Amino acid sequence: MSVDHEEFADGEAPAEKVTDVSGTGVPVRGNDIDTDQIIPARFMKVVTFDGLGQFSFFDQRFDDEDNEKDHPFNDDRYRDANVLVVNANFGCGSSREHAPQALMRWGIDAVVGESFAEIFAGNCLALGIPTVTASAEEIGRLQSHVEEHPDAEIEIDVENEEIRYADRVVDADVNEAQRKALVEGVWDTTALMAANREAVEEVARSLPYVPDEHVPGERGSGDDAGDEA
Amino acid sequence: MSEGTLYDKVWDRHRVTTLPTGQDQLFVGLHLVHEVTSPQAFGMLQERDLEVAFPERTHATVDHIVPTGNRDRPYADDAAEQMMAELEENVRAAGIEFSHPDTGDQGIVHVIGPEQGLTQPGMTIVCGDSHTSTHGAFGALAFGIGTSQIRDVLATGCVAMEKQKVRKVEVTGELGPAVTAKDVILTIIRELGTDGGVGYVYEYAGDAIESLGMEGRMSICNMSIEGGARAGYVNPDETTYEWLRETDAFADDPDAFEELKPYWESVRSDEDAEYDDVVTIDGSAIEPMVTWGTTPGQGIGISEPIPEPSSLPEDKQDTARRAQEHMGVEPGETMEGYPIDVAFLGSCTNARLKDLREAAEIIEGRSVAEGVRAMVVPGSQRVQRAAEAEGLDEVFEAAGFDWREPGCSMCLGMNDDQLVGDEASASSSNRNFVGRQGSKDGRTVLMSPIMVAAAAVTGEVTDVRKLTEVSAA
Repeated sequence: MSVDHEEFADGEAPAEKVTDVSGTGVPVRGNDIDTDQIIPARFMKVVTFDGLGQFSFFDQRFDDEDNEKDHPFNDDRYRDANVLVVNANFGCGSSREHAPQALMRWGIDAVVGESFAEIFAGNCLALGIPTVTASAEEIGRLQSHVEEHPDAEIEIDVENEEIRYADRVVDADVNEAQRKALVEGVWDTTALMAANREAVEEVARSLPYVPDEHVPGERGSGDDAGDEA
Repeated sequence: MSEGTLYDKVWDRHRVTTLPTGQDQLFVGLHLVHEVTSPQAFGMLQERDLEVAFPERTHATVDHIVPTGNRDRPYADDAAEQMMAELEENVRAAGIEFSHPDTGDQGIVHVIGPEQGLTQPGMTIVCGDSHTSTHGAFGALAFGIGTSQIRDVLATGCVAMEKQKVRKVEVTGELGPAVTAKDVILTIIRELGTDGGVGYVYEYAGDAIESLGMEGRMSICNMSIEGGARAGYVNPDETTYEWLRETDAFADDPDAFEELKPYWESVRSDEDAEYDDVVTIDGSAIEPMVTWGTTPGQGIGISEPIPEPSSLPEDKQDTARRAQEHMGVEPGETMEGYPIDVAFLGSCTNARLKDLREAAEIIEGRSVAEGVRAMVVPGSQRVQRAAEAEGLDEVFEAAGFDWREPGCSMCLGMNDDQLVGDEASASSSNRNFVGRQGSKDGRTVLMSPIMVAAAAVTGEVTDVRKLTEVSAA
């Protein structure tokens, strides 16, 4: 299956099962690629995520005169790639969801790497984008393979935690909660958590620092509730 | 797994249920909102026809795009004006309290929470900003989240999270003269790595941490994320309570303070708590730190040589080479004498009153070096007013500093405060990533506020201990 994320744009309720992603790869080499590099702060002066795709890795892709620089995202061979292959600690730094949003709108459906920063991986999950890890050696081999065979099909099997390309089957890791969420199609946490409203209010009431009138279910129902709400 | 730590206790108190994914649904005690990461979340809420579930547990401010110069409305920058207008409308419609500039309470979200007493021990706190870890200084569990998670919190009052491991980071001994909290956290990140905290929450402990005031603890917790840990905390103690007593939440309501104190005490890590990992760092060996590269992990003591990339672990070598090329530094040399063009004193890491006071002590009677652009951006309007009441603004201005309005400013360059071309800055902020301060060729050297002050007056990276006898800690 090749994932189509378009329908998830800005708030559509995603509940699709993402068991695997297939397509071609684009390698972006280097450790510690932070979210400021994935999308520079100046492109975040927007009130929607629409149109962010074009700004992916912007300062790595263009010089001061807007001439294209040497970067995989500028390389025609990878123009239609949907599997991003990266190295260690990818997505560190700022919590900006603009980073995975930009990559998704560029056309990225899955990211494979040595390791990911946690907030970045969480933000990807919220968009239904798997972040799959494998050893440094395997990632290096995959990057080289993609560079040599940009048209080669890569299959990211989220359910079975494998990456398959050419004749290779690579043992990969998918965080267990992410795997369940994607494979079972339960990654819309808003819907999941909204279903537990009463339990939430019970916890809120049990906390000494939360005044009763701050708990929605209490408003207007108790003797002294509702006045301040 | 950890047991009996503050993390375990606060987690358990806020856990609603376990979701089908295996993640826990956690109630959020305080949701802080700012203008850059929230508009899309409010938009998603509207599209789903959902309301803000706990408006009274939510608080907004404006910090990232707000100008630090002329603030007349509409703002000169159309995009900034649009974001501000959007936030104003969103919080008005939802009934969320807003530390708007007109209130006199506006400031960086991680400065205003603690100073208003919104931040309290034993809370869960989230915000669409990775430096939310700051609030851990009060013994809260505080995490940065993404925009889809902001939607979750607005709609349900909860986040979905997996429980992490707890690493106790013990900093022993007494810090030397002119060695500050900033130097401690830069040392911790160098020792444990920028991704060393992935999967962990950091509990900061030990004499060197406990002897710090709240401002120093906030600087340390603030940069937990630069070490890969989404959250870090310090157990609440008398220092914490002294700060809280003076805040809006309790200044006029000592009864509320006494009512809550037992809860705060109850969440402290037990004496015999179990940790997943314990790391000890000798605080007395730390000297003033500066970064030589383009990640916060690339730091050294001011008298130490810049490392030869080949001497580093293999996975750090490539990043180090590229960083040294970008910064124009040579292995074997120290950072002392590295010329700077800009001195930036600000950010959620280091723009509190104490930071400004200590920097002013260095500045007083001196002048900003010729050709250096120096600016002070207070963390909040309250910090600004308090500093002005002490005459700190005059000290800075007399030396040639620009005294500006509060905001994130040149920490990330989303307003007009940006590096130009390949300018080098001495910065009290938290990130030296390429492009972070607004110019993709700009160079950032991270350091403590007093080291920024020293660099401003000499025009180069300078060991502040050579300038004066200082007593900062």
